[in-house]
Amino acid sequence: MSDTSKKNSRMALVFAGVAFGMVGMAYAAVPLYNLFCKVTGYGGTTQQVDVGSDIVLKREMKVRFNASVHRDMPWDFKPVQISQKMHVGEQKLAHFEAYNPTNKTIVGTATYNVTPHKAGEYFAKIECFCFTEQELKPGERIDMPVVYFIDPLIDEDPNLDEVSEVTLSYTFFVKEVEDEKVESSVGR
Amino acid sequence: MAHENPTGWKRWVYSTNHKDIGVMYLWFAFIAGMIGFTMSGLMRMELMEPGVNFLPDLFGMTEDQSRHMFNVLTTGHGLIMVFFMVMPALIGGFGNYFVPLMIGAPDMAFPRMNNISFWLMPPAFTLLLLSTFVEGTSGMAGFGGGWTAYAPLSTYGHTGPSMDLAILSLHVAGASSIMGAINYITTIFNMRAPGMTIHKMPLFAWSILITAFLLVLSLPVLAGAITMLLTDRNFGTTFFDPAGGGDPILYQHLFWFFGHPEVYIMILPAFGIVSHIVSTFSKKPVFGYLGMAYAMAAIGFIGFVVWAHHMYTVGLDVDTKAYFVAATMVIAVPTGVKIFSWIATMWGGSIRYDVPMLYAIAFILLFTMGGVTGVVLSNAGADVPLHDTYYVVAHFHYVLSLGAVFGIFAGLYYWVGKMSGKQYPDFLAKIQFWVTFIGVNMIFFPQHFLGLQGMPRRYVDYPDAFAYFNKISSYGYLVTLTGVVLFILVMAMTLFKKKKDCPDNQWGEGATTLEWTLSSPPPFHQFNELPRIK
Repeated sequence: MSDTSKKNSRMALVFAGVAFGMVGMAYAAVPLYNLFCKVTGYGGTTQQVDVGSDIVLKREMKVRFNASVHRDMPWDFKPVQISQKMHVGEQKLAHFEAYNPTNKTIVGTATYNVTPHKAGEYFAKIECFCFTEQELKPGERIDMPVVYFIDPLIDEDPNLDEVSEVTLSYTFFVKEVEDEKVESSVGR
Repeated sequence: MAHENPTGWKRWVYSTNHKDIGVMYLWFAFIAGMIGFTMSGLMRMELMEPGVNFLPDLFGMTEDQSRHMFNVLTTGHGLIMVFFMVMPALIGGFGNYFVPLMIGAPDMAFPRMNNISFWLMPPAFTLLLLSTFVEGTSGMAGFGGGWTAYAPLSTYGHTGPSMDLAILSLHVAGASSIMGAINYITTIFNMRAPGMTIHKMPLFAWSILITAFLLVLSLPVLAGAITMLLTDRNFGTTFFDPAGGGDPILYQHLFWFFGHPEVYIMILPAFGIVSHIVSTFSKKPVFGYLGMAYAMAAIGFIGFVVWAHHMYTVGLDVDTKAYFVAATMVIAVPTGVKIFSWIATMWGGSIRYDVPMLYAIAFILLFTMGGVTGVVLSNAGADVPLHDTYYVVAHFHYVLSLGAVFGIFAGLYYWVGKMSGKQYPDFLAKIQFWVTFIGVNMIFFPQHFLGLQGMPRRYVDYPDAFAYFNKISSYGYLVTLTGVVLFILVMAMTLFKKKKDCPDNQWGEGATTLEWTLSSPPPFHQFNELPRIK
């Protein structure tokens, strides 16, 4: 009898361990999902690189720009140019503009992706305002540049043969609002 | 090994007896089921006519409050039926009562843990009911974000304490189910009678074993996901909030990684019950026993790799969709093995149409219909226009409300004589079957048409164009209500009988599993001498 009950307890412990392990897996999914999106360009996640491309292809593409804000974000945020045309591999500079109409300093972060989503893997950014948090003082207007290119590898992927236009999209979210002590500096 | 028979309230509250705990689970499921059924009644009555009239008249509330209340009702109905009706009845109820009997064990492996598993359910249910009475969103009571509780509607969409209570309720119910699952796995692996090899084990025990594995692997993921919701809501984390680098889609992935296995958790035990009934009333052993067992294992396994077919509209790329379409359709193969094996079991058998058999055949028919609409929906292309329409509602009610619930009815009629020692009144039970069968089909069949016409689910109102089929559907509810009243009557007439009139094996030579070798009802402690299986 005690032999069975020892066996039973061991088995119960193993499966309790499995259950706790699965809770751990749920939490592990958070960073893994993030990493997965970055590596595969899943959901149109763009790539972050240090240097531009050496090769420039003949193939031309058009990049359109889209800017939006979360409903709690009071900033006025828009792209300066509507679209840009370039050769694949050619490095380009695009501008976005954000204006803080409130009398509070607001820190924002932007999420981003490209559509069609399958182009995310080939959309490479060298520099972007979305890599860091942005802080706008009351009434401040800033210019936010993006340096990017389209990876020439796109030409070797038959799934993207028909893609000649991609849309780069940003959404700004409120990260932090500083109050009182900042408000006094409005009159400056 | 205690051999005294406790009496009075101690017998139930302190119970470590698998049969008593099983009976308590069944009563609990009955009470929760009645509440969930009443909620669906309020919804169907509201939807009987276009416009928002029924709920405001009934509860004297404004139209806005009624709209929110409708959402609370859909949410509550879903959560109650899944976690507090189907699971307790099939797994906690029939599982507890019959798994030890079928494998020749004296009790469950951990009788005290079994007691905790059951007694966590009433507090969990109380928390859920409580959540419908406290503030959910801007002055309105209850959480109305659906049983899936997608973020951000469940985070900053419902800032009141209602959602927190619902989360805690699911935590407690989840802990109960995980402990129950560990108990079943241990019992089935370690406590089988001598000679009862795993390949001789009855199919119901197989179905509970596989269900228990699914529970241990999937429920903790839900627990993790709703804990993230809880901390996002109260402690400033941003797992699902893009402002802090989170992603609301991640919640959907986590939820459906649990949610899809969950639908098999609800249906597999019904598969087990139906296999026994079909074999008993055809007087033939189950056709393709091993195929049946491993088909369930295959369904359970594939069930873990198809979750994103609930998420075709979130913007998956075409390759991902192609994978999930293909993987989902593969499930139709082991399911088809089961359907055809049931038919092959009946083929050439001497079939008796007793009430359990009627329910089992209706189960096979209706589950197959739900399966067919499931194959339709598995196509990402077809799913996009049908997503969140009544077509989906009709689909999952055909497999759950007319599948799993018919499995429960079948099991109850099959075993109520064994459990109580009293046989149900046959004629009235047959009427009960036909009324229920007609009623539920009247509710859900027209919903296919509504869905194809584009009526979205979870809405309190609809354009006049949808009025006709909604009216039929609501009349169907009234027919089903009659069926439920008849069910209560049949069960009352059974249980209030003075005399125990049920023989040990009332179904004759077709019923071959071990529970039929015991008296009806079985003794308080059975198999002190372990049976030997040849």
